[in-house]
Amino acid sequence: MAKFIMIHPDKCTGCKNCVAACSFVKEHQIRPAASRIHVYNWEREQVSVPMMCQQCNDAPCVSVCPTGAMHRVFGSSLVEYDSTKCIRCRMCVQACPFGNAVYDSVTDKIIKCDTCQDNPACVAACPVKAIEYVEEDVATRSRKKAFAKKFKDAFQEVA
Amino acid sequence: MNGWTGVTLRINLSTGDIKKEATNLKDAKLFIGARGLASKILYDEIDAKIDPLSPANKLIFAPGPLSGTMAPSMGRYDVVCKAPLTNLIAGSNSGGSFGPEVKFAGYDMIIIEGAAKKPSYIWIKDDKVEIRDASAVWGKNVPDTTDALRAETDEDAKVACIGPAGEKKVLFASIMNEMGRAAGRSGVGAVMGSKLLKAVVVVGTNPIKIADPEAFEKAVMTARKKITEHPVGGTGLRMYGTNVLINILNSVGSLPTRNFHDGYFPEADKTGGETLTAKYVTRPRGCFSCVISCGRATKVTNPKYASEGEGPEYETAWGFGADCGIDDMDAIIKANYICNDLGIDTITMGSTIACAMDLYENGYITTKDTGGMAIPFGSAEMMVKMVEMTGNREGFGDQLAEGSYRLASRYGHPEFSMTAKKQEMAAYDPRGVQGIGLNFATNNRGGCHVRGYTISPEVLGVPFKVDQHATEGKPELVITFQNLTAALDSTGACLFTTFGIGADDLAALMSAVTGIPYSVEDFMKAGERIWNLERLFDLKSGITAKDDSLPERMLKDPIMTGPSKGEVNHLDKMLPEYYKLRGWDTKGIPTQEKLTDLTLA
Repeated sequence: MAKFIMIHPDKCTGCKNCVAACSFVKEHQIRPAASRIHVYNWEREQVSVPMMCQQCNDAPCVSVCPTGAMHRVFGSSLVEYDSTKCIRCRMCVQACPFGNAVYDSVTDKIIKCDTCQDNPACVAACPVKAIEYVEEDVATRSRKKAFAKKFKDAFQEVA
Repeated sequence: MNGWTGVTLRINLSTGDIKKEATNLKDAKLFIGARGLASKILYDEIDAKIDPLSPANKLIFAPGPLSGTMAPSMGRYDVVCKAPLTNLIAGSNSGGSFGPEVKFAGYDMIIIEGAAKKPSYIWIKDDKVEIRDASAVWGKNVPDTTDALRAETDEDAKVACIGPAGEKKVLFASIMNEMGRAAGRSGVGAVMGSKLLKAVVVVGTNPIKIADPEAFEKAVMTARKKITEHPVGGTGLRMYGTNVLINILNSVGSLPTRNFHDGYFPEADKTGGETLTAKYVTRPRGCFSCVISCGRATKVTNPKYASEGEGPEYETAWGFGADCGIDDMDAIIKANYICNDLGIDTITMGSTIACAMDLYENGYITTKDTGGMAIPFGSAEMMVKMVEMTGNREGFGDQLAEGSYRLASRYGHPEFSMTAKKQEMAAYDPRGVQGIGLNFATNNRGGCHVRGYTISPEVLGVPFKVDQHATEGKPELVITFQNLTAALDSTGACLFTTFGIGADDLAALMSAVTGIPYSVEDFMKAGERIWNLERLFDLKSGITAKDDSLPERMLKDPIMTGPSKGEVNHLDKMLPEYYKLRGWDTKGIPTQEKLTDLTLA
């Protein structure tokens, strides 16, 4: 069963520990601009939303890549990037509907989330479990169950 | 360089000169960064006797070497200048992401000199630094200013700005960053206003380098674990915010009530953290790299005060609550929001209104002075109105804008001002908690709680419990907390980390990040050095030993009700020993020997 990174904006405090941890693990320095995860804050509403590569099944970044640098290994749930094949045309950057593939001029690479080879540093760094690395089949269970409980409570009240 | 960026930005608003200087590494080792290093620069570069609101004052925005790293809950910065409220050195500490962003832009510090000729703001994107026209946002409140300047620069820029209170030089105006975070105390916002500087807007894309990544990762994990597993940082502050303290302080009879007439407020629970969480909190918020998340996003639905925003912290809920004899939480939160929007320090604001209510109840001020407002203790609606009037210096608010010491003096009764060195004491009654009284009396920025938070052992029992009513051992305790906090502030760490970690963890983080080995002794000595340097500045600005005191009410009028009934503060039993242990003479002046030992001679 494949795992994926699930975000919970309702829990996110906007602390950016994930952003710092990602750049530290990937670049051995703290450079949010090079982080594969970003957190956007809406200060008036005090809401924060983390964003990273969704590892799309039918990924536009893979479709537009002319060299196969951006690719998916058969059977894998990850969209992978091979910098040796990459010609830095940045078509993937243009194509990603979420803006989650980014060209980094400092390292001359495309940067995007690779789930740290199945052990995402951002998830480990999150102090409030606003980002979780979970099995696909249980990923949305807590949300569904939370709503289901409201029904359950309503039924119990009526009964 | 590692930890530090190695570059200090110097901007002169009078001449328009912008310079990038090498950060003095020798001083950085000795004074760490943030509060410590900026204080050293201020001490060296300005005459301590200057008018704080003149162009001769300098305003320094200073993150620390740990700010912007993933050291847990260590993303803070200080604003250092000479303070208009106290005429002493100011160092106001704030969280959010502004401090880290300054580092990412490539700077250890931004030193602002002179004064602009017209409303201005500073726009920094990495190497690019511009002084820009702020006429279009002058007069706007904090959120509107923030939005407007982002529209002119970068939509995700970090903005530190003043509101109308800073522009009008309210003596306790704050500097607000990211709308809800405040460098609150001592009137740093008024200094910014006196320079016609509306905002500093920053975007940074550079790295902060780590000297020893492996040791750093280990030190981070150790510190995180200790902070999050501690019941105060990991549970209390996260669940209830700092306002969890209302019921705790009230239960030990040390919640100052009605301008410190009493130390016990029977209605306290209505204004406490538990009530806040149950009725107002929408979600917890965290500053950069925070693992605690004590910040509170809140919402008031009562149509009279309906609004959304951040807060209140404990001291705010106390200042507009118990200290004013008010138990209307809707009004308290609304007052907090107005302070955020106009850029006002909530502690001095609350205590100044409490002082006005006290003067009113005693007949020293009347409705003739207030413009018709009746303001006995408990007047929630008038309290909210007075906050707004103060921020805009309207009517009676113009008098409140000078703080409680000047207000009470104007009416011939300075003893009604609950201040130490003209700064309002925070929410801990010095009669019920002896050590915090000594800290207020000796604090380098006046009645400040955070720079010697002995409440931790005296009330919370962290890291060990001492008797709150005893005076024995308190001078040593106060000194340890003052020194540790001076060093801690200077790294960029949040005070709340100390519920879980100590000087050893901070020294380990500093060593790993900077590559300069800091022992626990080095770290604590840096704290002592910083404290003594601030003391030297204050002495030069004109204070003497007689200013190391508390309001007469704290020394003579016992707490009237509650668990600490009958107590007064025994400052005279603690102060001589404090001087002695500090290595100061009987006049409170550091001896030559002490200064030599601290390399301050």
